[in-house]
Amino acid sequence: MKYVDEYRDHAVAQKLIAEIKRVVTRPWVLMEVCGGQTHSIVKYGLDYLLPHEVELVHGPGCPVCVTPLDMIDRAHAIARHPGVIFCSFGDMLRVPGSNGDLFHVKAEGGDVRIVYSPLDCLRIASANPGKKVVFFAIGFETTAPANAMAVWQARAQNIRNFSVLVSHVIVPPSITGILQSPYNRVQGFLGPGHVCAIMGYREYEPISARYKVPIVITGFEPLDLLEGTLMAIRQLEQGRAEVENQYARAVEQVGNVAAQKMIERVFSIADRSWRGIGIIPKSGYKLNYEFRDYDAERIFEVANIQSKEPAVCISGQVLKGLKKPPDCPAFGKECNPQTPLGATMVSAEGACAAYYNYGRHLVAVDSLQAKA
Amino acid sequence: MDTPFALACPVPITQHKTIVLGHGSGGRLTAQLVRDFFLPAFDNPALRKLDDQAVLEVGPSRIALTTDAFVVTPLFFPGGDIGRLAVNGTVNDLAMAGARPLFLSAAFIMEEGLPLEDLARITQSMAAAALEAGVQIVTGDTKVVNRGSADKLFITTAGIGLVPDGVSISASNAKPGDVILVSGTIGDHGMAVWSQREGLEFEGAIFSDTAPLNALVEAMTAAGEVHTLRDPTRGGLGTSLCEIAAASAAGIEIDANAVPVREDVKAACETLGMDPLFVANEGKLVAMVSESSAPAVLDAMRTLPQGRAACIIGRVVASHPGMAVLKTEIGGSRILDLPFVEQLPRIC
Repeated sequence: MKYVDEYRDHAVAQKLIAEIKRVVTRPWVLMEVCGGQTHSIVKYGLDYLLPHEVELVHGPGCPVCVTPLDMIDRAHAIARHPGVIFCSFGDMLRVPGSNGDLFHVKAEGGDVRIVYSPLDCLRIASANPGKKVVFFAIGFETTAPANAMAVWQARAQNIRNFSVLVSHVIVPPSITGILQSPYNRVQGFLGPGHVCAIMGYREYEPISARYKVPIVITGFEPLDLLEGTLMAIRQLEQGRAEVENQYARAVEQVGNVAAQKMIERVFSIADRSWRGIGIIPKSGYKLNYEFRDYDAERIFEVANIQSKEPAVCISGQVLKGLKKPPDCPAFGKECNPQTPLGATMVSAEGACAAYYNYGRHLVAVDSLQAKA
Repeated sequence: MDTPFALACPVPITQHKTIVLGHGSGGRLTAQLVRDFFLPAFDNPALRKLDDQAVLEVGPSRIALTTDAFVVTPLFFPGGDIGRLAVNGTVNDLAMAGARPLFLSAAFIMEEGLPLEDLARITQSMAAAALEAGVQIVTGDTKVVNRGSADKLFITTAGIGLVPDGVSISASNAKPGDVILVSGTIGDHGMAVWSQREGLEFEGAIFSDTAPLNALVEAMTAAGEVHTLRDPTRGGLGTSLCEIAAASAAGIEIDANAVPVREDVKAACETLGMDPLFVANEGKLVAMVSESSAPAVLDAMRTLPQGRAACIIGRVVASHPGMAVLKTEIGGSRILDLPFVEQLPRIC
């Protein structure tokens, strides 16, 4: 397939790996920020192909994983309302709340639907004027413009039976948080390609300068990730700490200005809680006051639902790059995609689930690594 | 955020109190139902093999028996409909034991309000599919339920076929050294159905591959030594390979670059974040054949329309028994594992 196969080429991959091996002289720890990047790394077995000096740890950029339990319970409460059509991205349906997941809500009679775009909800709302259509607006800066657009369009088209349950988070505060931690091991970042396609990468420049850490904005295909790794390792070996853009085919320094404007019109910055991590100040979006009539939390009066999570699993440390999935004694045993014990196992993008889905809980992994 | 970690742990769903959709996905939840409910209740040697069909000795003959229920939404999709699926699904389950399908039954559960015009189209489609596969639908049943108690139309078919002498095909027969073949591109049916669901329309249609495979199987068994056959329906090729590796206690190695996937199916999978290896097929098979007869079997397959794009995707190996391993496009390795539930479109 054009524009995809080029970035999965075996010969080019081997060249990049050889170059990384040539450049690297000592151990370095890199973090890929996005869940989509983690997914690709594990899916293609990239970490097995890299020299042992390069350690990849997995970042907090899995939007499904970090959506807090309160929000999921609020979603379930709304979805259980008779007269509600609850719409969500597919992989949110499987995330457990305090009492089952959205599939259970559906099995008990809730009208839960998978949509690919939030704008589809407007069509559903127009076709079902007697129902209230609610969209679960989660994700990073990547999904924010389309979610904002849905609210904007609903108002423009005077669609009154549509609202959004907002649980949006943004990347830079989480990176700053990781770098401020006294336990931090991360020396360089593969930055979030799709987030930067929207936001540009100017806001990463002060972070890179202040903490003296290379940030290479990186794509999601295997060759993107290998090239991003090479660029970050080069910087580290040469003692540089800059923001570089590996993903130039999608990302410009200023980003997508029209999309940023749409976000600003509809959302403003707010404190947000991250599942597995806790509250990070100014780390997400809330609806602007003028759109309060589209705020599902307000309409369905669910803001008071607070859920307590017992502290058992190590997902917080996995999300900060301090631990890896196999470091957890429950990984692949009590904790698996069917009975997830924590944030990083609940979505296919989560580090633990990616490790599990690509067979890393099975024994032959060591033999595969030796062979690669 | 650097105060002691505020760790998270949702309450695990260790047991389902009700049936959820995942129980019908063909993945691990389905396997749990079979293990916890059906196997203990009905236990017998034929069932215990857990093949898609039972092969039974009746007098001097070996008879293959199978049944399958069809609940697809929408009833009509590009390349097929529920009726064609219901005939081909049962024909193919018989063929995967090397059996010659002979007779089918069909039961119709209809929701009040189903247009007779739809029923007419579907029965005509079933008649055409039966003719194509060379089987007869010889008995059946009809039930109507209240509006809301079913989704328009469900069809259950059962079938019997004769297993020719000398044919012994089972998921447990794959042997190290065997060559692994697929009969054509994978993922077509699953993406054809996904692309018709609300909100997910793609430009240009992806067509279901629903087709009878009995003629193809006859040609293959006549041409060489076929050890294992599976039609990778729900759960896809990846699930079939995992099941065969486990049943045969052999290792499986396949090459991602060798697995044929149509460009439009690949594009739809990329867009939705799905893996074509785990997307349903309704007219494809995967075969383990002895190394020496692989060229002859492949040639025989390619003479028939259902096998025109047949190709080699990998090998059965002695190392890592019970496990299927994929060589990735860029030369890495990845273990294929049974999915828990059906794949869902990803957020990013």
